[in-house]
Amino acid sequence: MKFLCMHCDQVMAFAERQLPGDGTLAAVFGCSSCGREIAMLTNPMETQLVSSMGIEIGGKAVPEQPMQLVRSNLEGGREDAFVEEERPAARRPGRVEWTPGAVERLGRVPSFVRGMVKRIYTDYARERGIPLMTPEVMDTARSDLGLEGM
Amino acid sequence: MRKIRTYHEVQSQTGDLLVEQITGQRERLRSRLAGIRSVVAVGSGKGGVGKSLVTANLAAALASEGYSVGALDADLNGPSLARMLGASRGQLVDGAEGVVPARAACGVLVMSMELLQNDSDAPLRWRAPSGDGYLWQSSIETGTMREFLADVAWGELDFLVLDLPPGTDKMTRLFQLLPDLETMLLVTTPSEMSRRVVARAARLVREQGVPTVGLVANMTEYVCPDCGHADPLFPGNGVARLADATGLEVWARIPFDPRLGEASDRGVPVVPAGVDTPSARAFRALAARLVNVEEPQTEHLR
Repeated sequence: MKFLCMHCDQVMAFAERQLPGDGTLAAVFGCSSCGREIAMLTNPMETQLVSSMGIEIGGKAVPEQPMQLVRSNLEGGREDAFVEEERPAARRPGRVEWTPGAVERLGRVPSFVRGMVKRIYTDYARERGIPLMTPEVMDTARSDLGLEGM
Repeated sequence: MRKIRTYHEVQSQTGDLLVEQITGQRERLRSRLAGIRSVVAVGSGKGGVGKSLVTANLAAALASEGYSVGALDADLNGPSLARMLGASRGQLVDGAEGVVPARAACGVLVMSMELLQNDSDAPLRWRAPSGDGYLWQSSIETGTMREFLADVAWGELDFLVLDLPPGTDKMTRLFQLLPDLETMLLVTTPSEMSRRVVARAARLVREQGVPTVGLVANMTEYVCPDCGHADPLFPGNGVARLADATGLEVWARIPFDPRLGEASDRGVPVVPAGVDTPSARAFRALAARLVNVEEPQTEHLR
């Protein structure tokens, strides 16, 4: 799916993704030439149909995470189902430290998906050479990656 | 009227990349299965014939022979494999190579929906807009199976044993995920009803072209634990008729044994427990049969 600005004949670029509720997925696209924006609102049922195939509308914002489909869709997931693997620090390339504030923020994420979310944030920071994960970095990552609710 | 460019005329980096996403899913599955020497599906088509009990005890019997074994509970709506292997409270580890499965005391690696649900007695529910579930539910369950296969860090396994749910439709979905499945065990009982349903499943398996298929006859007889006398549990000869009609060989005959059921309820497979009962001997024989069939691929093993 592509969006063309009729005024400028420019392809509109993906700007942000939101989940306003009701199962609706809102994808905002903007024209880099004139600044016009449009929001594409998906039909919740159709969104679920596509999502159930493990496919993301607009393409994957982050690499596929292990068991992402199950973790994102299972209702009543066991809180302690997943534990994080302990890896020696020396084996971690581009180590990212977490500030207490970032840890506290991460702690608010349901533990069923916490490991997956932590990995997404860590990869985001590592790829950009950010050594310290702060709540502000998490905010930026959420916006950049379209991770509403994480 | 203004002329609007076509989709392909517009150059853009924006796109769902649906084909690429689906191709990526398939590639991850193929890559994960490359480390598994033999995938064995245990199905039936019929419910209540003992598929999970056979899967759990077969996996444990193989592990007790020193093979590296994984057990995947494909029955998402009625999982029981983790419990039968004594691993229902096991934890999964978010590892670098994927989700590390739980490990049962007998050494079998286990993946089951039971490990993911907060309330193991609650029906499986998916987070989704209400209504129209019939449209996406089978899709999400097939996707879940794909993740159980592809996103779990099974490592190098000699055997991955799958416990299939009842229903031939679920078998069809599995074949779509595993088009090269090589070994299938069809569990039946001597009852006439079971014969009919399993015959239907056998036809599906044959049409799929699975090269190695065996019948496992469960609850064939009741063996008195005191004197060893055996009496048939069902009238008639449904297993022999099924074998004749399908041309499939009976790989194992597992007698009804209350101790087997009780041990499964406690999560203790009979072979590693070291008990010498007719059912334990039947599972050892079934494991040996499977190893012999797979011998060309496992000859480097002990």
